[in-house]
Amino acid sequence: MASVADRNLVDRRDGAGSGLAAGTARRLGEAAPWVVLGVLGVWSAVALTEQFVVGIIVGSLYALAAVGLTLIYGIARVSHFAHGDVMMLSAYIGFFAFTGSVAGAGASDVTLPLGLASLPGATERIWLFSFGYGLVLAILIAAVAAVPILLAIDRAVYRPLLSRGASTAIVAVSSLGVAIAVRGVMLLVWGPSGRRYSQGIRDTVELPGLPRIVADQLFILATAAILAMAAYVLLYRTRLGTAMRATADNPDLARASGIDTGSVRRWTWAVAGFLTAVAGCLLALQSQLSPELGFVLLLPIFASAILGGIGSPHGAFIGGLVVGVIGETTVGAGWIGPGYKLAVTFVVLIVVILFRPGGLFGSRS
Amino acid sequence: MINRSRWLPIAIVGFVTLLLVGLPLERTGNVRAVVDFLVPALATMAIFAVVCIGLNVQWGYTGIFNFGVVGFFLVGAYTAAIVTMPPADGEFSTYVGGFGQTLANVPLPGAAHWVPHLVGALAAAGISAVLALLLAWPMVRLREDYLAIALIGTAEVLRRIATEEQWLVNGSRGLAGIPRPLAGLADGDTYKYLFLALALATLALIYLLIDLGIRSPWGRVLRAIREDEGAAAAAGKNVNGFKLQGFVLGAAIMGAGGAFYAFQQGAISPETFTHFFGTFIIWAMLIAGGSGNMAGAIVGTYVIWGLWSVTLQLQGYDLPRFLADRVPHLRDTIIGLTIVVVLLVNPRGLVPERARVSRWLDRRVSSMRRAEKATTSPAAD
Amino acid sequence: MSGTQAPALLAEGITSGYTEVPIIRNVSVSVAHGEIVTIIGPNGAGKSTLLKTIFGFLRARTGRVVVDGAEVTGMPPERLVRRGLAFVPQTDNVFGSLSVRENLTMGGFTLGAEMEQRIERVLGLFPLLAPRLRERADRLSGGQRQTLALARALMLDPTVLLLDEPSASLSPVMVESVFSHVAAINGQGTAVLMIEQNARHALAISHRGYVLANGENRLEGPAAELLQSDDVRRLYLGE
Repeated sequence: MASVADRNLVDRRDGAGSGLAAGTARRLGEAAPWVVLGVLGVWSAVALTEQFVVGIIVGSLYALAAVGLTLIYGIARVSHFAHGDVMMLSAYIGFFAFTGSVAGAGASDVTLPLGLASLPGATERIWLFSFGYGLVLAILIAAVAAVPILLAIDRAVYRPLLSRGASTAIVAVSSLGVAIAVRGVMLLVWGPSGRRYSQGIRDTVELPGLPRIVADQLFILATAAILAMAAYVLLYRTRLGTAMRATADNPDLARASGIDTGSVRRWTWAVAGFLTAVAGCLLALQSQLSPELGFVLLLPIFASAILGGIGSPHGAFIGGLVVGVIGETTVGAGWIGPGYKLAVTFVVLIVVILFRPGGLFGSRS
Repeated sequence: MINRSRWLPIAIVGFVTLLLVGLPLERTGNVRAVVDFLVPALATMAIFAVVCIGLNVQWGYTGIFNFGVVGFFLVGAYTAAIVTMPPADGEFSTYVGGFGQTLANVPLPGAAHWVPHLVGALAAAGISAVLALLLAWPMVRLREDYLAIALIGTAEVLRRIATEEQWLVNGSRGLAGIPRPLAGLADGDTYKYLFLALALATLALIYLLIDLGIRSPWGRVLRAIREDEGAAAAAGKNVNGFKLQGFVLGAAIMGAGGAFYAFQQGAISPETFTHFFGTFIIWAMLIAGGSGNMAGAIVGTYVIWGLWSVTLQLQGYDLPRFLADRVPHLRDTIIGLTIVVVLLVNPRGLVPERARVSRWLDRRVSSMRRAEKATTSPAAD
Repeated sequence: MSGTQAPALLAEGITSGYTEVPIIRNVSVSVAHGEIVTIIGPNGAGKSTLLKTIFGFLRARTGRVVVDGAEVTGMPPERLVRRGLAFVPQTDNVFGSLSVRENLTMGGFTLGAEMEQRIERVLGLFPLLAPRLRERADRLSGGQRQTLALARALMLDPTVLLLDEPSASLSPVMVESVFSHVAAINGQGTAVLMIEQNARHALAISHRGYVLANGENRLEGPAAELLQSDDVRRLYLGE
């Protein structure tokens, strides 16, 4: 018995004190990705400012969705392959709340008289944005609606499987089923053709030292930033958020501390759903809506989450920005054709998985 | 319970068969039209069953969940096409390869009827396997969900390449005029029977080969790994090596399935190879049929593809336009729900894996019970 | 402490295990208020199973658990902590990715306004944690981590503290300090039920002890008597 204790003592010493040199090397290793990213980031910001800015905008949306994905992964223990489709579904819910339109027979739409757009003044442009308060409300409705949808899916599918002792692989396959079904619902209700939130002309604004950007993109950026800050405050400054991180870290110990992990799990789905839904709506505002886009969106979202170290919310956020910028700048620089924008995301993903499976900033690999 | 598991698959297969024969018959009132519908449908099912067996080798035997099946299916189809086709004319079509005429002139009896296709199918399997090896070799020791997302990415990139690269495979225009195997042996009207026989023979061959492999010492190790990776590793087995072999073998089979798809269609284009058509539906087939055994894969393919193709006939009825437009999307939704419901209600599928691995299942069941009893579920309210 | 009072913890006739085959059968232990009780026994005797069953991680097939006179059988851990039980697992007993302070706030998750006061109190008991409040728990040394684990469990001021091999995998110096911590905790009036491989040390600070073997009660008695018992000396103290 004493020998066991001694051996552990030795191990511990080895682990802790493997010398200053090793410690420095490790610190350098941890700093290297930051340095490389920093240099690349500054270079692209200077040389390809326009694409860099768009990359940050798109990336901030990947980031929000990736924070949701990474929370679900860490706390609810689900590799959520339905995340992209849920994101797209939320965008459609926003579309419906705004326009009241669903697909009718043939190529025509049926417009129910429920759309917020029909409220007085709802489409009157705010500032230089291409939309009025109607769309803002619609996005809010979509975000709130995503919460019960995800809670219901968790309740009906993932939780029963997990409590039955199903492997993570089985749960992942079930989430593929959910993804297919959600995509089917979008097709059923809104049809296969792409849609847009607003058809109007988009005003641009000029900011000192920056290229002209579309005013709507400023809205996207501001909303994403506000939500990211809110998520940060929730996770790192409130007791609920700390309980979420504690549950992700060690669910048994969380229960032993009196944390109701079932309730934490529900909060996680709710927070992730809200963030992801807003990200989906804003992405639709930036580009367009299409049921087929949902599954493919998994690539940048997973890439962001894995890049930041899966399970780490702030890592996922930075990962999202990196993935967004890399996608836009490589296309913008003309290194690859625009058809391959997602392919770049994929290459980033592969490189990270191969060389830093713990994420760029992950301490554990 | 035992009883139910015996009659349920029979009842469902019977129901699907009834629909497959009944609906076209009711629509046309003409036996000939039913045959015209059924024969190609069965050939397609045989091809999809091959792909589904490939997925079963990956998921059912090695536990790797490949969400990018369509990538291997696409690579197989395109490889077979450019191997068997004549050289590109350079004006309306550009693509690499085009060995059809060279291969047809190989000094073997009746070479033109089979040599290009045999080479094409083998090349399809080979290229698919190489792709799988390149992807999975560095990743097989990592977490399975990382590999899954990487495979989705691969599939998407391959779809993009097929669309964008005009010089490689004619881009979005696709490839047409893929020669049919054994085309000279039957005329236009009877050829479909010949092709069906060929597809079924291929399915049977692959079934037998895999069955042999799974019963061999190699297959036993594979199953042991799936049952208990830790124990297999402790027994000195190179777990990752075996998983990699299973994954590559499965990919080769998917590639071969893709080749036969190209042969059957005679023309392929990037739009065919959607995630839905190439990946989702294959998963539904395997999960519905029962993963871990090939009979399940085949029954699942029959049931899912049968329901899938026959429900399109519903559009022929005088449905309200609103509904008729939605029939295809309804089918999509049901495919997804099938996976979820089967996993929740009867995870072993229509044809449960048999006694060979009963020990494993017993352990799974008892561990499930343990989990249920042991901890009041953390999610419980 | 007083003889007529209900015991702080009573586990009676517990049968439990992970599978159909129970690991412990009809095991009973009790802990009076203010007492330190140690359960010793060979590996596989079912000590850990007993502790996990008492704390609700495993469901007892038979038997009952009573805390301070109130029946709590079958309650999940997150509710038991509100009934005055606290548990320190043998391994993974701190939230490694959280700061020391966050670990303490999680320990007091159910507390309201008195949180800061409790943190002050616990830091008074374990002053070495005070300068490290902002450090991540996985950066602490093994001994500091064990101290934090105890501190976390004490945040709710439990009636009974359950310890699963608190000295396992610690250096001899650290073992001393952990046992002195346990004694100090007990000195504040908290009853302690611990299981230990390190029988001599544990019994030395305990009031009473139980010997578990093959999933059943074997011996029980005052700690000093157990230390003197021939069976115990031969089997568990290696003499």
